[in-house]
Amino acid sequence: MCCLAAGLERKIGIDSRIMNQLTNHPKLIQFIGLLVIFSLLCFFIAPSETNVLWRFPSLLAGLPYLINDSVEYLMFDWWPIQVYDPEIEEFEEKPLILQVTRAISASILFLIGLIREIILGGFKTIVTFTSWDFVSENKWARWPALPWTVVAGGAILLGYKLQGKGLAMLAGFSTIYLAVFGQWEPSMQTLSFVLFAAPVSFILGLTLGIWAYKNRNVELTLNPFLNVMQIMPHFSYLVPVMVFFGIGDHAGAIATIIFATPPMVRLTVLGLKRVSPEVLEAGMMSGCSNFQLMYKVLIPTARRDLLIGVNQVIMQCLAMAVIASFIGAKGLGFNLLLSLNGLRIGEAIEQGICIVLIAVVLDRLSLAWANKKTDYFAELTFIKRHKYSLLFLVILVAGSVLAYVGTFIFREGYNYLYIVPHNKGITIKDTLQNGVDWIWDTFFFALKGFNVFLIQEILMPMKAAYLSMPVAATLVLTMGVGYIIGGIRSAAIVGGFILFIALTEWWDRALITMYLMSFAVIVASIIGVTVGTLCAQNAYTAKFILLVCDTFQTFPSFIYLIPVIMLFGVTDTSVCIAVIVYATVPATRYTVEGLRSVSPDLHDAGSMSGVNRLQRWIKIELPMSFPHMALGVNQTVVFALSMVIIGAMIGTDDLGQYILKALSDKNGTGNGLTLGLCVAFIGLAVDQVIRTWANERKKVLGLA
Amino acid sequence: MSSSSPITQDTQPVIQCNSVYKIFGDNAKKMLQASKGNVDAKVFQDAGCIVGVNNASFEVPKGDLLVVMGLSGSGKSTLLRCASRLTDATAGQIFIDGEDLLAMSNKRLIELRRNKMGMVFQSFALLPHKTVLENIAFPLQVKGINTHESIKRAKDMVDLVGLDGRENYFPRELSGGQQQRVGIARSLAVEPDIWFLDEPFSALDPLIRKEMQDEFMRLQGVLNKTILFVTHDFDEALRLADRIAIMKDGIIEQLDTPANIVLNPATEYVRKFTEEVPREKVLRIESVMDPVDTSEVLSDLKVSKDAIIETVAEAVLGQEKPVAVIGADNQVVGAVHSSKVIHVLFGSRAGTENRN
Ligand SMILES: Nc1ncnc2c1ncn2[C@@H]1O[C@H](COP(=O)(O)OP(=O)(O)OP(=O)(O)O)[C@@H](O)[C@H]1O
Ligand SMILES: [Mg+2]
Repeated sequence: MCCLAAGLERKIGIDSRIMNQLTNHPKLIQFIGLLVIFSLLCFFIAPSETNVLWRFPSLLAGLPYLINDSVEYLMFDWWPIQVYDPEIEEFEEKPLILQVTRAISASILFLIGLIREIILGGFKTIVTFTSWDFVSENKWARWPALPWTVVAGGAILLGYKLQGKGLAMLAGFSTIYLAVFGQWEPSMQTLSFVLFAAPVSFILGLTLGIWAYKNRNVELTLNPFLNVMQIMPHFSYLVPVMVFFGIGDHAGAIATIIFATPPMVRLTVLGLKRVSPEVLEAGMMSGCSNFQLMYKVLIPTARRDLLIGVNQVIMQCLAMAVIASFIGAKGLGFNLLLSLNGLRIGEAIEQGICIVLIAVVLDRLSLAWANKKTDYFAELTFIKRHKYSLLFLVILVAGSVLAYVGTFIFREGYNYLYIVPHNKGITIKDTLQNGVDWIWDTFFFALKGFNVFLIQEILMPMKAAYLSMPVAATLVLTMGVGYIIGGIRSAAIVGGFILFIALTEWWDRALITMYLMSFAVIVASIIGVTVGTLCAQNAYTAKFILLVCDTFQTFPSFIYLIPVIMLFGVTDTSVCIAVIVYATVPATRYTVEGLRSVSPDLHDAGSMSGVNRLQRWIKIELPMSFPHMALGVNQTVVFALSMVIIGAMIGTDDLGQYILKALSDKNGTGNGLTLGLCVAFIGLAVDQVIRTWANERKKVLGLA
Repeated sequence: MSSSSPITQDTQPVIQCNSVYKIFGDNAKKMLQASKGNVDAKVFQDAGCIVGVNNASFEVPKGDLLVVMGLSGSGKSTLLRCASRLTDATAGQIFIDGEDLLAMSNKRLIELRRNKMGMVFQSFALLPHKTVLENIAFPLQVKGINTHESIKRAKDMVDLVGLDGRENYFPRELSGGQQQRVGIARSLAVEPDIWFLDEPFSALDPLIRKEMQDEFMRLQGVLNKTILFVTHDFDEALRLADRIAIMKDGIIEQLDTPANIVLNPATEYVRKFTEEVPREKVLRIESVMDPVDTSEVLSDLKVSKDAIIETVAEAVLGQEKPVAVIGADNQVVGAVHSSKVIHVLFGSRAGTENRN
């Protein structure tokens, strides 16, 4: 009896505690209410094709056709102009846009060709200025390639100049690897692609950024575009570009530029805005004209952000250069695509390593450049001042001599001291392939078991659950979350995004994308937060893990597919794991950064009040760094989305697959763009909620 | 600058402000016109406007140092930024050497800044990507002076502010005091006639601040520029000022010599503001001096009649006999007795009560 009473009392105690919790956190009640409504809706809305609440009618089904028609009109009918056609020797009527795009294509092709021929040799550039006859008559009129030794030497020198021995060794190792493994030509094709697209994106981004900084209206107009562009999947850029510019290196370059410019614009505006008003005023008081103010004060002061922008641009260009192979950009990406399609994993690994090496070297070089200090006032002699240019000259001469000597050594066949032809270097692809086969044979059962378990026990049920949500319920749920976190505004924004997707004919596909994404995000966040927390415990591991994250982030997303296909074949598991690995990177990084940024004062205060490590983590560090970590989750979502779409390569049945299909469809523009928007809107909806929440929290914690 | 220069000079003032208003907000101009110059900060604030400067008029003659004082947010910086046209005043007139600043074209303004104005900022505002020498040479290079020449000139400036040996340091490698020396050197590089300083020493710790103030006085002793100096530190104002303007909510409450401000505060606010200020820091020997009494034997020590009491008190009190006071021409004009000095030093409370 007595016992019972005590038990009851305790129970009441607990109940009142819960009640307290609830009354203290009104949002908790709202959330619970929302979930109840959601469940009820799910329960009562019958799954039938005729039920409007189950699946909205696809009112937007006409949108892709509308886009296609407008594009067609723009390309072939709008604003005809008179163009002189030398072949039939008279004027012809042609649409303006077509002429413009053709002109752009031609000049881009020429520039890429020029860069390629400087590195790899050729005669197209000379042909442009003379004629084919001239070149075939004069055998000398052929641009010689830079011997690979010269490029390698140049890379080593640059690495040494910018940072020192370490970078020089990395650059040297990478270039020599490219040459020795017979990947020189495709590598240089990819590199020339980046060397063209990166500067253009940089200049474009900088110009737009400056304009946006100077004119608030421009900024406001640009912002939504930048938002969408940064979340649109790579693939969806390819379709419209293909329509306007056709297929080939130039189209790839244009897609790349469109893709790589937004982050540069963002960072330019951010950097310029961060310049302190006093520095600006100091510039004005020094008597700077507007031009001087921009180029001597603002831009140099914002240098760090701008150079990080350069780094981003280069990385994006490289990532896109690989994907642009879908619309005919030559280089490593194209070969990799072929290898992957043929499931030649050994070859794919070799090519993947090349891409990774190029990425890492470019990343390190550009960062080193960003952080470089210059000593302006050291009294230098001519030789010292031009030390590196002179050294490069020496390398150029030595490399050429070596290449010349090579013609005597390798009388027959290929001159390995000049250019190692494609696939004529050393190769370990057979060994690699054997290794892959061995792994496959040895772990067949374990891998297969895991694979089957994951698919049957987790992925399939989850997918089924997502697909069994009535659209009305989903809409209510997402808008409700938006409302609870950010009020009417957020609810409206989130609702708008989701409604758009629901009204297209791809709602089911979008659900599958969402399921893949949310599964990956959950797993990635758990792994990321755990690893991040453990590593944040001391400065060394924190630094180490950040370095690892940095390195992983430089790999073009495509690369992640290689090892997973190797282990799990062409299945949903592969996609999931690739997405998880890729998305874990930002989760980890933001966790470490968030935890490390908790001020040491708070640590001390915590220690003084006698909390142990675990308590400190739960009570102080975690709440303080949670907003930053939430932004990490945000990034995780973005990364996961882009990878899910790329996963279409392996074969999924989500939005990505349809985008991929649009690529090979003659009228794919409308579909491609609409699908791209769907993907972007999923990302933006999540972004809206998380960002609003994080900003709110930051304000509460006094961090903003 | 130790001698208070006459306020009315027959020559034209270097800086002249007539009824300057600066009001932040979208419809500031309209509101100001509607109010006909009678700006009430409260009313404006309710309408979404913030009053920065409210009907400020003052003149700074050549070689004079005017200190602008006030609490945080009282509009000191805004006034300074109006006078240098870093922001455009909402209404009023500003003349620099008789030339209408607000009517100036952008080109003329740049020219003026390149040749006539220098400014030192509270948070130093050095260009982070340039070394000490480059930062100082920057205004010269902006003007179009070639590298060799400008670097040479910058080097002189480095010596002037005592930073030699650190020419090639970057701002981030310098202490706050050193950074502010660079800021000062940069503002002086073009040899401006007018020098604006916005709380140049506030970000420094007290020891360095004292050192920098001495340095500043030494420089001003040599350069003799026309100066508008913003601070919220009364001690600093007293040490440096020829005249002090005290601001509150954008209004200049009183503009006078330090002694007058302390002894005859114009408003209640100024009185409160100056209440705690020790008299010996503002009063000059002249004000406690007795006429020469030939029967008295004076000590060998002689003090100037313009000396601030605090600076000579110790010496005067160390003498057994009264101390001779001399004028500008080294003639003895009076004598000072230690009892009077003691009264100023320790009897100030009684003095305050008397005045009340
Ligand atoms: N750009 C601006 N926009 C809106 N209000 C401003 C702006 N600059 C200053 N103010 C307002 O004008 C008033 C005066 O500011 P000001 O910076 O001149 O003060 P201050 O006396 O220099 O203060 P402190 O000693 O803190 O530097 C303040 O209320 C401030 O909020
Ligand atoms: Mg100020």
